[in-house]
Amino acid sequence: MRYLPLTPQDRTDMLAKIGVAAVDDLFANVPKSKLLKGLVDLPKAKGELDVERIMGAMAAENITASEVPFFVGAGAYKHHVPASVDHLIQRSEFLTSYTPYQPEIAQGTLQYLFEFQTQVALLTGMEVANASMYDGSTGAAEAVLMAHRVTKRRKAILAGNLHPHYRDTIETLSRMAGDELVSLEPNPADASADLKAVAAAIDAETSCIVIQTPDVFGNLHDLTAIAKKAQDAGALLIAVVTEVVSLGAVTPPGAMGADIVVAEGQSIGVGLNFGGPYVGLFATKQKYVRQMPGRLCGETVDAEGRRGFVLTLSTREQHIRREKATSNICTNSGLMCLAFTIHMTLLGETGLRRLAAINHANACDLADRLADVDGVEVLNGSFFNEFAIRVPGDAAKVVEKMAKKGVLAGVPAARLWPKHKALKDIILVANTEVNTDDDRAAFVAALGASL
Amino acid sequence: MATTKYTKDHEYIRIDGDVGTVGISHYAQEQLGDVVFVELPSSGKAVKKGDSAAVVESVKAASDIYSPVSGQVVEANPDLEGAPATVNDDPAGKGWFFKVKIANPAELDELMDEAAYKAFLDTL
Amino acid sequence: MSMNNQGRPTAAGEAGAASAHPTFTGNKALQIEEALIFEIGRPEVTGVDMPEPKKVKSRLGKLARKEPIDLPGLSEPETMRHYVRLSQKNFGIDTGLFPLGSCTMKHNARLNEKMARLPGFGDIHPLQPVSTVQGALELIDRLADYLKELTGMPAVAMSPKAGAHGELAGMMAIKAALEAKGEGHRKTVLVPESAHGTNPATAALIGFEVKAVPAQADGTVHVSDVKAALTPDVAAIMLTNPNTCGIFEKEIVEIAKAIHDAGAYFYCDGANFNAIVGKARPGDLGVDAMHINLHKTFSTPHGGGGPGAGPVVLSERLAAFVPYPFIRAGKGFSLVEEGGKLDKGEMPFGRMSAFHGQMGMFVRALAYMLSHGADGMKLASEDAVLNANYIRASLADLMSLPFGNQPCMHEALFDDEWLKNTGVSTLDFAKAMIDEGYHPMTMYFPLVVHGAMLIEPTESESKASLDLFIATLRDLALSAKRGQVERFKNAPFHAPRRRLDETRAARNPVLRWTRPQPYAEAAE
Repeated sequence: MRYLPLTPQDRTDMLAKIGVAAVDDLFANVPKSKLLKGLVDLPKAKGELDVERIMGAMAAENITASEVPFFVGAGAYKHHVPASVDHLIQRSEFLTSYTPYQPEIAQGTLQYLFEFQTQVALLTGMEVANASMYDGSTGAAEAVLMAHRVTKRRKAILAGNLHPHYRDTIETLSRMAGDELVSLEPNPADASADLKAVAAAIDAETSCIVIQTPDVFGNLHDLTAIAKKAQDAGALLIAVVTEVVSLGAVTPPGAMGADIVVAEGQSIGVGLNFGGPYVGLFATKQKYVRQMPGRLCGETVDAEGRRGFVLTLSTREQHIRREKATSNICTNSGLMCLAFTIHMTLLGETGLRRLAAINHANACDLADRLADVDGVEVLNGSFFNEFAIRVPGDAAKVVEKMAKKGVLAGVPAARLWPKHKALKDIILVANTEVNTDDDRAAFVAALGASL
Repeated sequence: MATTKYTKDHEYIRIDGDVGTVGISHYAQEQLGDVVFVELPSSGKAVKKGDSAAVVESVKAASDIYSPVSGQVVEANPDLEGAPATVNDDPAGKGWFFKVKIANPAELDELMDEAAYKAFLDTL
Repeated sequence: MSMNNQGRPTAAGEAGAASAHPTFTGNKALQIEEALIFEIGRPEVTGVDMPEPKKVKSRLGKLARKEPIDLPGLSEPETMRHYVRLSQKNFGIDTGLFPLGSCTMKHNARLNEKMARLPGFGDIHPLQPVSTVQGALELIDRLADYLKELTGMPAVAMSPKAGAHGELAGMMAIKAALEAKGEGHRKTVLVPESAHGTNPATAALIGFEVKAVPAQADGTVHVSDVKAALTPDVAAIMLTNPNTCGIFEKEIVEIAKAIHDAGAYFYCDGANFNAIVGKARPGDLGVDAMHINLHKTFSTPHGGGGPGAGPVVLSERLAAFVPYPFIRAGKGFSLVEEGGKLDKGEMPFGRMSAFHGQMGMFVRALAYMLSHGADGMKLASEDAVLNANYIRASLADLMSLPFGNQPCMHEALFDDEWLKNTGVSTLDFAKAMIDEGYHPMTMYFPLVVHGAMLIEPTESESKASLDLFIATLRDLALSAKRGQVERFKNAPFHAPRRRLDETRAARNPVLRWTRPQPYAEAAE
């Protein structure tokens, strides 16, 4: 077995040193009847080549985002990741290290976390950010709990155009925790109506309102007025961003008064990975920092006065505060933070703005082309790189037909809102820098042929 | 003249008329190590004897501060937020946590005086 | 002879104290100081070349971002150097022995990395048509089957994203099951004091009240103590097995029975599963729910603190409550999401997160399982236990064992009794290990043991590696006992940084870089 260094002789010598006759003597606490006699019913050990064959066969059954015109988004986006990112995150000292609890020998991790926190704060327009959550959706659920702690209230209001998976994640945790939740209905055609509905729902019990921008249909929202409305009522505004590249082109939630910003960071540095691992970004105002979930890295000095970094404000966390912790989170998305921060460092402001501009321009181009397709309507007044279209008939069937023609066209709304008949004819279509003119032409052709 | 009484959890209360000033003993601050943050009750809050009324944090630990008596918080030390080190430097003086209006003076009788507390420390 | 006198001196020369030779840069040869990206980067520099965007009419409305973001950029060569230098300040498993108890820092096979990067796994979208991701669903389904076989449990929820998230899913399933039975009044969760902090934090998160159960002098929880705590309002017990003291709970079957007889559920923290994979199955022991840290037991990399993956296996009593989404195998694989058709008895309690879980970790874990096989996984557990006991037996004469010299599982727990009156603390001892080229063991955990030192070598260490580690710890221990305090008090001396001022970091948190004020403003 290539991964196990002990030889049979080593094992014999070690048992002798320990003073037992057989390794099972070390398992003496296991009730005799419960100790497995033979092997579990799984295949025997295999060499690398055999494993590659088995897994390669499974991988080959999937259609990848790079091999077809690809327009699927709705919370995860196909972007190009520079080669150097994946090389660097596979450095042994990053890949095989642990949470940096021993700062003297973990300055590498700690410094990139400090840089990551700063980048996230700058991007979102907030004062402070933590060292990541699992992903955007769990970050959103944690943000709601944090708002409850800050306001000492227990009722959240979710905008209708929040990603349904985010809604369900928050809903599950709220229900289990015994908190109150108002979840509004989606409104693809009139984005401003969604904000009006949120505003109307705010009352004296409200701890927070949760609004996504760009929303799940792609609409951009000016949150300035609703932030003030919420804050005047003693509630917090939680802004959700599922496409972080948008922050290279649009006004960040922090500049519009958000109290907490949670975002899915997958678009920068992290591949699609069929849904995970991703990286949750979590930013807030300095005054709320002690109510934040998750790890925080802070600057300090060592015994020789040199700058260094440590995990700090740990008393918020489960390993110290136990049942009084701000969250139960322990392991987060360390390596995905690294991928994010490296990619963001490569981009810099110039690159990020360029990337965002290309995304937006490509999406505008596709929207313009779709205006010429009979029976198809683009619903959005504004968007960044994703928008909703209405097609005649069953959108899920149209998407399936287009897939057969070799175009992965987007997400039928019915996949996310199976119970909303009114959304049955809607497709969410994303367009990033990876899509070419040919891809868009293929989209239009396949759509025309699938109606 | 003000008298000071102690709990077995190392809080002190300095009694001045019907108001008590609550803090932690010199021994307690030594055991905690560097205090980095103190979470205080808002004034007006009603506390019962033995309730967790404040939290004191060192780098690696968070400890509850229990109110030595029942009553109403009348003031929290405004200086601790910006200077938590005061708890280490001057626990009996500027490092106080909060002042409480004593509801039931009889509860004071259950606490230790200076000499009794010193004797108690010797047993630890 | 022909005399070529160009040869350079090749002797080592004379040694001198390194500290007597400070450098201009502060660098020490391969240890290079590295500034922050904010100090070396410039917003106008980018390491990514992209074409001009098309000229289009903007649809951003009034929301175009106008203010500078102030994000620095680096060219590619600068980027490589920055992160390579940072990496060199880190200790990883590939650097050396990493005996972090309760964390299972075993070897991370690079085959698993390669598999996770196959485009068929890494480059597919969670919301693609299900017909285009059949291989991905097959992989998740097969991993689920393997986990069920290894644990002897009938069901598994694959979506939790880390151990604590798996705990949350398991406790939610328990809550849902209680509510379905009309027993939502059960609010108490029993947690031993030795538990990981995530256990009480998880229980509290969803409204349970935590009650402590004592551990006995032998380090285990006794069924009599559990029975005494089993009031009618108890919903569940959360027990780690093998426990955090590195001992298998020998009354676990009786404890499970007592719990079930009282109408409560048995949650097992699976953090220490690496000791018993292929040796004993939680399902056979009476466990109702257990999360599995794929990043511990099945070697997906810890990555400096994540990502993890925490599938939670469930007993027959909880199987109905597996949250969305889950996979159904039949003619091909289908994915059951909200609104999907449920079979009789299926009552998903909700959703843990967007999408389907940590696919990248699933691929790596399955590659680990296929590589090891049933035989290799069993041997790995035996070696992990053997290695830990070898360390225990080799240090027992010098260092003190809180629960006597009994066999341990895959981690050996020492306390600081043996350091009494030496002037050296557990922390000092650990920091001196850094100078010797080792990552410290887990310290001051579990909380029930004074000055705890929890050593988990894993199966990845050779005997030679263990022998040198043991010799080093013996040398350090003797040094401490001889009163050579200076070797410990201010250690480490040779790491990229000396001890850091954590008090300062916590009193005045500096959590991000801010641009220094220009001199003119600063002077005002």
